Amino acid sequence: MAKPKVAFYWCASCGGCEETVVDLNEDILKVADAVDIVLWPVALDFKRKDIEAMKDGEIAVSFINGAVRLEEQEEMVKLLRQKSQLVVAFGACAHLGGIPGLGNFWDRDSIFQRVYTEVPTVDNPDKIFPQLKTKVKEGELTLPEFYNTVKTLDQTIDVDYYLPGCPPPPDLIMAAVMAILEGKLPEKGSVLAPNKALCDTCPRAESKPDKLAIDEVKRPWQIKMDPEKCFLAQGIICMGPATRTGCGETCIKANQPCRGCFGPLDGVVDQGARALSMVASILGVEGEETMSEEEVKKLIDNIADPAGTVYRFSLASSLLRRKRME
Amino acid sequence: MRKITIDPITRLEGHGKIEVFLNDEGNCERACLQIPELRGFEKFSEGRAAEEMPRITTMICGVCPTAHHIAATKTLDDLFKVEPTPAAKKIRELMYNAFTAEDHILHFVFLGGPDFIVGPTAPAAERNVLGVIGKVGLEVGGKVIEMRKRMRNVMRIIGGKPVMPTCGLPGGVSKRITEEERRTIIEAGEYGVEFCQVALGLFDDVVLKNKDYVDLITGDVYAHKTYYMGLVDENNKVNFYDGLIRVVDPEGKEYAKFKAQDYLDHIREHVEPWTYVRFSYLKNVGWKGFIDGKESGVYRVAPLARLNASDGMATPLAQAAYDKMYSTLGGKPVHSTLAFHWARLVEALYAAERVLELAKDPEITSDDIVNLPTETPKEGVGVVEAPRGTLFHHYQTDEKGILTKVNLIVATQNNSAAINMSVEKAAKALIKNGDVPDGILNMIEMAFRAYDPCHACATHSLPGRTPLELSVFDSKGTLVKSLVRD
Repeated sequence: MAKPKVAFYWCASCGGCEETVVDLNEDILKVADAVDIVLWPVALDFKRKDIEAMKDGEIAVSFINGAVRLEEQEEMVKLLRQKSQLVVAFGACAHLGGIPGLGNFWDRDSIFQRVYTEVPTVDNPDKIFPQLKTKVKEGELTLPEFYNTVKTLDQTIDVDYYLPGCPPPPDLIMAAVMAILEGKLPEKGSVLAPNKALCDTCPRAESKPDKLAIDEVKRPWQIKMDPEKCFLAQGIICMGPATRTGCGETCIKANQPCRGCFGPLDGVVDQGARALSMVASILGVEGEETMSEEEVKKLIDNIADPAGTVYRFSLASSLLRRKRME
Repeated sequence: MRKITIDPITRLEGHGKIEVFLNDEGNCERACLQIPELRGFEKFSEGRAAEEMPRITTMICGVCPTAHHIAATKTLDDLFKVEPTPAAKKIRELMYNAFTAEDHILHFVFLGGPDFIVGPTAPAAERNVLGVIGKVGLEVGGKVIEMRKRMRNVMRIIGGKPVMPTCGLPGGVSKRITEEERRTIIEAGEYGVEFCQVALGLFDDVVLKNKDYVDLITGDVYAHKTYYMGLVDENNKVNFYDGLIRVVDPEGKEYAKFKAQDYLDHIREHVEPWTYVRFSYLKNVGWKGFIDGKESGVYRVAPLARLNASDGMATPLAQAAYDKMYSTLGGKPVHSTLAFHWARLVEALYAAERVLELAKDPEITSDDIVNLPTETPKEGVGVVEAPRGTLFHHYQTDEKGILTKVNLIVATQNNSAAINMSVEKAAKALIKNGDVPDGILNMIEMAFRAYDPCHACATHSLPGRTPLELSVFDSKGTLVKSLVRD
């Protein structure tokens, strides 16, 4: 029997999702044995026309990482969708927009102004900006367009499964690959990680009071963080209650609070909104639905950069999607 | 006039696209390496809480997240005017050296290795990591995986996870090292020191005894007489974690030595409309275009530059390797771009020795790992030597520590002018009278791979080859020749 065809593809990403695949160590050989890798730009010669020549659905599964923000990326993922039985959004950027999604707090013009004219090292008196087309003496040079808004993969194409995390841990990657190979897949649209909050598997769970209540939010540099005690009980904002587990609690084990890279649990669309209501409740504000605007503002002011904290990885996937620019 | 495009289509959108323009005689008139990638971290970091930067800027690069993590953490020390505890400094430096050793070895075997272990003239099909293992044997191949695994485990112990570490705080780190963990780290360090010596031995056997390669190293095609920059300790020895930034001129004489906070007195960046990357140069020499020499402000960073800018290595085995490199290549400074590969191995050995040294330090298991800041934050600058060169972070905040302005000079940015020059020089040497030899893809690729460039900090081609497509167009824009390197 022919081995199933598998494609890996990357959009706007940092290379960390590739590193985590290399971190499979010896297991990577097992995967390479069981499948026929038809596309892996980091590893293999890429011929787009080979993919175009394939029959629809010929690829068993495409793993796609990175957020989408360029026309070419959009074309490529649409092509892969057409040729693949399954598409897996691989990692926080494809799943939620990830850190590049924070770009949605700004737009192209403000980014260009900062990067090419304002930063203190730049010497650019003629205010030269990168251009899509540049005439030089010898000919013309072109650049791809930099878009205003970062999109998640499922805002671009239909996605079957999600492998969460920044980056997805090797054990979840192996489990997902095995599930696909054995045809033991859950319902379409599932996130391939446990549907439990991080708090449920946190090694500090026992020190989390049944009813959390704190008077004042602390920042990680304002106290000596107790390496055993629930962060929220110490007054430090931790995304644990609003975040799916499966990461191996790696940040917690390094004595740092969760920042939410695994995204929300099933049924929660907006991770940030969920986290904010969680914070409201532990700050001892009962019935936050009835709070006045002033009370809400006071509450929010207690947290450093609330939007950038609760939407750290999920701004592009939030109901808001991006900040409205004036 | 014809235009040739070399597009590493592994990154569809680029992250590195080479355009070669031919003149009427069919010789290379100009070559440009374009970086069609921008993410805007400088802008979208505004409004964030400063202490989150070690956990945001890691995502600039998943290959070298530890470099951004430590640079950001040191910038927080300066921002909050808090001195880390002695143990915290050592813990950070230990993690940092484990990372550097691992990253350098990854490059040696997976990326640069195919060029010089398998050989620059070997068939393309063999010039990959499998070719390297075929040449050096499975035993050494297995040791490479083992070395990487152990060093990544050290990073996991200290930083939580090797891709995207999380332990940095202003004034220290969040987690101490236990006695048991220390023993694991010592074993990793010992393994690393031994392995790096094996790697240098391989380089000796396979590369230095290969005349073709030695000719390439010592030849002119890949040489540029530029300034060099690197961090040095109080004895002018290479240091990746801390020290002063030293610049030497193309003759090897000290040109400047300054602390990170004074970087604005020394560095400026030039903008071109045809690429998203900014080109760094020495402010007091000035931007004279893409040329080398003492009159041009172009400087280079990363392994060879660091060795050129220093007076040696702070550990004994690495010092011996350093001496050997310079005596073989005819003294300092060495201008050959291909010597970056050798310098990278010297540095990997130093990094492994330093891991061992720090792991054996009695203070490394101290639980005094953080000093809490008491000053009001305003402005801070931090610097480290990333594997790919000097990395600067610069933050300004309001009195609550919310970022108002951010500037970043990432490692490859410092080298971007020189990389362009190296690509153009190779193209000019190899394209004659309209003849575009098939081997040009290898040769141009070797020119930029020596820098281990991390364009947009993301262009690592792990198995050691960047599939390239080269298209030759005539003056009417018709495709007349197409080459694909598998």
